[in-house]
Amino acid sequence: MAYSDKVIEHYENPRNVGSFGKEDDDVGTGLVGAPACGDVMKLQIRVTDGVISDAKFKTFGCGSAIASSSLATEMIKGMTLDQAAEIKNTQIVEELNLPPVKIHCSVLAEDAIKAAIEDYKKKRQERGQ
Amino acid sequence: MSSVTKLEVPVPEGVKLPIFMDNHSTTPVDPRVLEAMLPYFTTHFGNAASRNHAFGWTAEAAVELARSQIAALLGGDGKEIVLTSGATESNNLAIKGAASFHRRNGNHLITVETEHKSVIDTCKRLTREGFEVTFLTPAKDGLVTAEQVAAAMTDKTVLVSVMLANNEIGVVQPVNEIGAAIKARNPKTLFHIDAVQGVGKVPFHVEDAKADLVSITAHKMYGPKGVGALWVRRRPRVRIDPIIDGGGHERGMRSGTLAVPLIVGFGKAAELAAAEREAEGVRLRALRDRLHRGIASRLSETYVNGSLEHRLPGNLNLSFAFVEGESLLMALKDLAVSSGSACTSASLEPSYVLRALGIGDELAHTSIRFGLGRFNTEAEVDYVIELVVRSVERLRSLSPLWEMHQDGIDISSIQWTPH
Repeated sequence: MAYSDKVIEHYENPRNVGSFGKEDDDVGTGLVGAPACGDVMKLQIRVTDGVISDAKFKTFGCGSAIASSSLATEMIKGMTLDQAAEIKNTQIVEELNLPPVKIHCSVLAEDAIKAAIEDYKKKRQERGQ
Repeated sequence: MSSVTKLEVPVPEGVKLPIFMDNHSTTPVDPRVLEAMLPYFTTHFGNAASRNHAFGWTAEAAVELARSQIAALLGGDGKEIVLTSGATESNNLAIKGAASFHRRNGNHLITVETEHKSVIDTCKRLTREGFEVTFLTPAKDGLVTAEQVAAAMTDKTVLVSVMLANNEIGVVQPVNEIGAAIKARNPKTLFHIDAVQGVGKVPFHVEDAKADLVSITAHKMYGPKGVGALWVRRRPRVRIDPIIDGGGHERGMRSGTLAVPLIVGFGKAAELAAAEREAEGVRLRALRDRLHRGIASRLSETYVNGSLEHRLPGNLNLSFAFVEGESLLMALKDLAVSSGSACTSASLEPSYVLRALGIGDELAHTSIRFGLGRFNTEAEVDYVIELVVRSVERLRSLSPLWEMHQDGIDISSIQWTPH
């Protein structure tokens, strides 16, 4: 399969690879996908005053999955939680020129963002904040 | 700044990119084969079926020589060779032709879950015509046993089809034992062997295997694409119906003008394979073992899929746990290999061969097939080791599953959400 230049660029130089401490109060973690399906994304956000001040990811998956999650971390940095929750997979498809067979990679990235936000909110609720 | 950067592996002198290590998909035409073929495109262009002039006679003589060269590789006679367009046609002809001709003797077929699609799908089609098919499940190492085959036979079994060597995992089936078991149970049951990947690479003889029908193709043995053969036993005579009707070529079993230049190339390729098989096997096994050792000594959590002992000398099928196969292929863009990952197909299903071995989907997604061939060198293997090791390390640093594994988390204990 021929990859778009943007997918290759993100694959070769992925942005924001890494992990935050899962237990940190200001961190939300989204872990989506399944090893048996060939895609697992872990996306983490660090939230400062309601704004995503930093984001990290690790992905097990094809080049398009890696590129989608790399792009997702780039997009959400500096956004409020509400803004980030509004991100649609179609924006990722467009930006990376993903072919139809790879659209599920972008869906997974959108799910990862939402899961990270949920996790952060849940943590805050549990602490009664 | 990102902690993961683009990977650069220096290319040693004498290694030319891209490197071809996908010799199960196809092989390049050997220059000696091409040389033999060339006159038959222009000077000796006759139709081998033209019986009344020199152009036809020359073509026919060349085809007859090729038949005997091909038959010699299998241990048969040139008269037993039915020339086809390739292995898919040969497998279709063998199975459909035998099923149709012997319908009155029974309606049961036996094959194996790891066979090539041209065998599996042909058998499945026959179920629509009233045939019943038993698909044997191989053991974890990819092998089926003669006992398994014999136990599956009934009085209605007309044909058993088992491959010599598997195209994905290179596992070599005990066809001699299987042939003996079939004939002991019922001498009338036909034994078809898809020998495409194995012939010319491991020892094989139609008499040792008690075979009735054997499929082979030229392009897996350094011959041209577009030509194959079905060996059809003459003593005792094995009867099959044709699937293509026409001028009655190939003793009525396969009509159509013969592709003389391709057949000449097939013959030459078979001759070379017969002459060089042993020496080439030793060389390829050494290269394969070097590749395996080089990778496995530096990377943990790599697994060989299928038996290493009963295996084609040039085949290595490895799973790199926690690294998805297609992303690895992307890193290995200067290396032609294949992956059992689903992402390489539209179906999103990983390799059915690995599934049949009971290998979990999560590991099947991480598999890479290396197919070493006649023109691979030790310098290429050493470069590939370096490239693979560093690419896997890089992708593992990106992998959440690797991170969990490092932290001692059992991946299978997590409740995943399949998508």
